[in-house]
Amino acid sequence: MGTALDIKIKRANKVYHCGEILSGVVIITSKDTVQHQGISLTMEGLVNLQLSAKSVGVFEAFYNSVKPIQIINSTIEMVKPGKLPSGKTEIPFEFPLHMKGNKVLYETYHGVFVNIQSQKGKLMPSPVDFTITPETLQNVKERASLPKFLIRGHLSSTNCIITQPLTGELVVENAEAAVKSIELQLVRVETCGCAEGYARDATEIQNIQIADGDVCRGLPVPIYMVFPRLFTCPTLETTNFKVEFEVNIVVLLHDDHLITENFPLKLCRM
Amino acid sequence: MAAFPWHARSRNYVSESEVYKLESVPLDFGDYHPLKPITVTESKTKKMSRKGSTSSTSSSSSSSMMDPLSSVLDGTDPLSLFAAAADPVTTTSTMDSTRKKRDKDDSSAVGSDFEPWSSKRSEILARYTTTEKLSINLYMGSEKGKAATPGSAVSEKVRTRLEELDDLEEGSQKELLNLTQQDYMNRIEELNQSLKDAWSSDQKVKALKIVIQCSKLLSDTTVIQFYPSKFVLITDILDTFGKLVYERILSMCMDNRASLPDNFSPESVNDTAKETCLNWFFKIASIRELIPRLYVEAAILKCNKFLSKMGISECLPRLTSMIRGIGDPLVAVYARAYLCRVGMEVAPQLKESLNKNFFDFLLTFKQIHGDTVQNQLVAQCVEIPLYLTLYSPAIDWILQCIAYRAPEVLLTEMMERCKKLGNNALLLNSVMSAFRAEFIAARSMDFIGMIKECDESGFPKHLLFRSLGLNLALADPPENDRLQILNEAWKVITKLKNPQDYINCAEVWVEYTCRHFTKREVNTVLADVIKHMTPDRAFEDAYPQLQSIIQKVITYIHDFSLLFSVEKFLPFLDMFQKECVRVEVCKCIMEAFIKHQQESTKDPVILNALLHICKTMHDSVNALTLEDEKRMLAALINGFIKMVSFGRDFEQQLSFYVEARSMFCNLEPVLVQLIHSVNQLAMETRKVMKGNHSRKTAAFVRACVAFCFITIPSLSSIFARLNLYLHSGQVALANQCLSQADAFFKAAVSLVPEVPKMINIDGKMRPSDSFLLEFLCNFFSTLLVVPDHPEQGVLFLVRGLLNVIQDYTWEDNSDDKIRIYTNVLHLLSAMTQETYIYHVDKVDSNDTLYGGDSKFLAEINKLCETVIAQILDHLKTLGKEELI
Repeated sequence: MGTALDIKIKRANKVYHCGEILSGVVIITSKDTVQHQGISLTMEGLVNLQLSAKSVGVFEAFYNSVKPIQIINSTIEMVKPGKLPSGKTEIPFEFPLHMKGNKVLYETYHGVFVNIQSQKGKLMPSPVDFTITPETLQNVKERASLPKFLIRGHLSSTNCIITQPLTGELVVENAEAAVKSIELQLVRVETCGCAEGYARDATEIQNIQIADGDVCRGLPVPIYMVFPRLFTCPTLETTNFKVEFEVNIVVLLHDDHLITENFPLKLCRM
Repeated sequence: MAAFPWHARSRNYVSESEVYKLESVPLDFGDYHPLKPITVTESKTKKMSRKGSTSSTSSSSSSSMMDPLSSVLDGTDPLSLFAAAADPVTTTSTMDSTRKKRDKDDSSAVGSDFEPWSSKRSEILARYTTTEKLSINLYMGSEKGKAATPGSAVSEKVRTRLEELDDLEEGSQKELLNLTQQDYMNRIEELNQSLKDAWSSDQKVKALKIVIQCSKLLSDTTVIQFYPSKFVLITDILDTFGKLVYERILSMCMDNRASLPDNFSPESVNDTAKETCLNWFFKIASIRELIPRLYVEAAILKCNKFLSKMGISECLPRLTSMIRGIGDPLVAVYARAYLCRVGMEVAPQLKESLNKNFFDFLLTFKQIHGDTVQNQLVAQCVEIPLYLTLYSPAIDWILQCIAYRAPEVLLTEMMERCKKLGNNALLLNSVMSAFRAEFIAARSMDFIGMIKECDESGFPKHLLFRSLGLNLALADPPENDRLQILNEAWKVITKLKNPQDYINCAEVWVEYTCRHFTKREVNTVLADVIKHMTPDRAFEDAYPQLQSIIQKVITYIHDFSLLFSVEKFLPFLDMFQKECVRVEVCKCIMEAFIKHQQESTKDPVILNALLHICKTMHDSVNALTLEDEKRMLAALINGFIKMVSFGRDFEQQLSFYVEARSMFCNLEPVLVQLIHSVNQLAMETRKVMKGNHSRKTAAFVRACVAFCFITIPSLSSIFARLNLYLHSGQVALANQCLSQADAFFKAAVSLVPEVPKMINIDGKMRPSDSFLLEFLCNFFSTLLVVPDHPEQGVLFLVRGLLNVIQDYTWEDNSDDKIRIYTNVLHLLSAMTQETYIYHVDKVDSNDTLYGGDSKFLAEINKLCETVIAQILDHLKTLGKEELI
C-alpha cells in the first residue's frame, strides 16, 4: 500500500528531437519495502487512427485496414527482481531517440483523428494582402441587403514558424454597420485516406478576438496569434494522412452579419 | 509628658553666605533685559513714530522700539519685501539642483516625486459613484481545480487543465443583479479574497479563471458613471494576481535558498521556472476575448523578466497596439491607463510606449463623438459633460506618466497635439493636471485663451479653471501677466451659476490671489464669494471649501492688523453658521495668530476681532465638550491674552483683563491666566514706580489685588486656588498691601482642610499628599516674612495653619504630618534669628517688628516644644509598631 510511481523527465519543456537522448528518473516512494519482479521502462511511439464520433460510418470502411503504425519502440530493464527499500528511490534512465527502420519521427500531436509523435522544414515568408468588401464575398445570397464596408489588411506571412506568432494588421476603413467583434479562428484540417477514399474534417482549435466593439475607422488593429502548443504541429502530408491549418478572419457586425475570409497556412518548425 | 525645650542656633546669614556661596560672575544684561523698564526717551520716539501709523507697532516692549525697521512695518517695508522676493528664487534653485541630482540617479526607478497610483485610487473611488443598480456576470465553471490526478500522463494533465479553461465559456453562469454600489464593492473584494484563497490552496487554474472573469467585467459599460471606480476595483485584483504569479516564479528560482538579486538576468533563471512562466504566457495567449487577454497579460508583464532581457520592451508596444482593437473609447482609454501604470512600475525607462498610448488615444478621440457612443449615452441618460469627466482619471494618469521627468520639448509637443484636436477641453484639463505646474504657469495666458475658446457644451469649464488655479497655486506665472490672469479667470468664475461649481473654483483661486496680490484684491475676491454663497444659504453645502479659503488667506496674510482691515474678512466669517465649523475656523485663525504674531499688540481692530473670535470659541463650550477640546480652546485664548499689551497704559490693560474675565468665565485655565496676568501687571507697576507707590498707583495695585481676590474663588481646582492665593498674597505683600496679603493667606489657611485625599489629575485619581506637602512648604517660606497683624495675636497665621494641620485627617501610618512638623521647626527656628534670611522690600517683617523681644522668642519656643512633642509621639508609635 501507499506505493507511488512517478517518471520525471530532465528537460523542463519536455521537447526532444530525433537523435537526442531522453533522460530522466523514475521515482518510487513507499512506506515499506516493496517486493517486485523487476522494473522495466518501455518507450513506444505510435501513429494511431482514432474514430471520432462525428464520422462514424465514413471511417469504418478502412478503419480496420489501418493498423497502428509503430514508429519507435525500445525497452530497458532498470532493476532486476528484488526488493526496494522503504522511502524514496530514484532510478535514472536514458533513451536514445532513434527511428525504427525508415520511419519518420513526427511531432507529438493530438488531433481528432490522428495522434502523432515528432520533423523539419524550410520556410519562405509569404505575405498576403487582403481586402474584404461585399463584392469580394462568396456564398452570399442577397448581396443587396449587405451593409457597405471596406476592410483591408495583411498577414506578414502564411508560412509560419510554429513557435512564432501569426502577425499582421487589419484596418476597418469604413463600415456602415457597427462592428461587434473581429476574431481570428485557427482551423485544423485533417484528411485521412487510403485506396477506398478519404475523409476530411475541419475543426476550430483556437479562436482569438482581436477587436471588441466598434473599432476606430482607419486605425490599424494588430493581428497576433500564438499557436497553441498542443493542438498544432507542422503541416504534414503523408501517404495515409494529412494535417493542414487555416486561419479565418471573422468580422461580426452589429446586425449579425458574419464575414469570413479564409487563409491557408503552412506551419513548420525551424 | 516631659517637655523638650528647643533652642534655635543663632545664625549669621551674611557671613555664612560669604563662606559658602559660589563665586558670582557679574552679568551684563545690556539693553535686552526683558524686565528693563521703559525709559522716558523711548516713550518720546514712540510718540513720534506713532503719529502717522495706526499699525500694531505701538507695542511696549523696549527691544522692539530699538528696531528701526519695525517702526515703519506696515506690510511694505523694503527688507521683508526683498526677502519675500528672494525666497522663491532660492527655493526653486535648490529644487532644481536636487531635481537634477535625482535625474542623474538611476532613471529606471520611479522617484518619490511621482504621485503613485495608490493616492489616485481613493480619489477616484470617492468621486465616481452611482446610485444605480449594478450587476456582475460571471461564468464560473464547476470547481474542478483539483481534478487533475497526479500520476496520469503529463499530456492528459495539461489537457484537462486546458479543458477547464475552455469550461469558462460553457460553465455555469452566475449573474448577480440589482447590486448597490456597496454590494458590488463587497463582491469584488470577495473575488479578490477567493483569488488569494485559490492561489494559496494551489488551485492556479481557478485563480486564473477568477482573474479572467473579473477583467471581463471591464468590457461592460452599463452604469457608465461607475466605470472609473469599477476599473480601480478590478485592477486591484489584477495587481494581486500579477504579484502572486511573479512571486511564485521568483520562488522557483531560489537556488540553495539564495534568492535572486533584484536585477537578475534571465540567464540565471532555471529551466523549470522559465517553463512555468512560459506556460502562463501560453495560457493567457489562448484566452478568447480581447479585453481579458490584454489585462491579464499586462498584469503579469513583469514576469517577462524571467524569459528574456528584451521581453518587456517587446511586449509593451505589442500590448499598446492591441488596445486599438477595443472599440469603446472609454474602455480603451482605461486599458491604456492600466498599461501605463504597469509599464511605469516595471520599466519606467520605456517612455516610447507611454507616448504611443497617448497618440493612439488622440487618434481614436473622434470616436467619442461617434454614433456608437452617443447612442449608448442616450440609452443610459448620461449627459455629455458628465461622460467626458469619466475620462479624466485615465487621461490624467497617462499624461502624468508621460510628463514625469519629461523634457520641456516633449511637453510642448504634447500640447500642440492637443491643440490640433480643436482645443478639446477634456485634454486641456488633463494636460493641466498632469504636467508640471511650472510649465503650465509659464503659459497661463495661453491656457486661459484656450479655455475660453473651448466648446461650451462639452467638458465643464469650471473644472478647467480649477485645474489652472491649482497649478498657479504651486508655481508662479510671469510677473507681468499676473493681474491679467486673475482678471480673466475671475471674469469667468464669477459668472458660474451653480454655487458648488463656483466655490470649487473660487477656493483654488483664492490662493493665487493671496499669493500675488494685496489686501484690495483679496477683499474683492472675498466679497464676490460672499455674494455668491449667501443666496439660498448656499454656504451650508460648502463649508469645507469656505474653510479652506480662510485657511489659505491666513497662510498668506500673517499681519493681523492687515488681515482684519480686509473689510470682508469678518463678514466672510459670518457665513460659518454651523457652530462646529465656526469654532474650527476660529481655532485656525487663533492658531495662526499665536504662530505668526511676533509682538504684543493693542491695535483695537485686532483686539475687537480676536475678542469676538475667542468669544465664539468660548461660547461653544458646553457640558458635553471634551476636556481636551476645552484645554485646546483655553490654550488658544491664553495665547491671545498674552499677546495683548497696552504698554504703559496699565489701567486700560486691567480693564481689558476685567472684560476678558467676564467673557471667558467658563474656561478655568483662562481665568488662571488672567490672575497671573493681573499679578504680573501689579509687579510691573511696582517696577515702574521703583517700589515707591504713589497714591494713584497704590490704588491701582489694590485694584489688581482685589481682582485676584474675587476671581480665585470661582476656580474649581483646589490646588489652583491654594497656589494662586499664595502667589497673589506674595504679590500683595510685595506691593505693601499688607491687609490684602493677610486676607489671601487667611483664605489659603482656611482652604487647607478642604483638600481631599485624592485628586483628579489627567483623568486619574491620585493621592493629594505630595501636592499638599509641597504647597505647605512653600507657604511656610512665605510666612517667615509676613509681619504679624497688630490686632491679632503673635504668629497668628502660623498658629492658624498649625491648628489646621493638626485637625486635618491624615492618612493612617503616614509620615506626612511629621514631615510637615519638621518643616515647621525650620520655620520657627528661622523666626528666632535676629535678622531673617530674606525680606520683602519695604515690608517690615517680625524681626524688625519685635526686635528679638524675649516674649516673642518665648512664644516661638513654646510652639517649638509642642511641635517636638508631636514628633516624638510619632516616633514612639513607630517604635511600638516595630516591636509588635
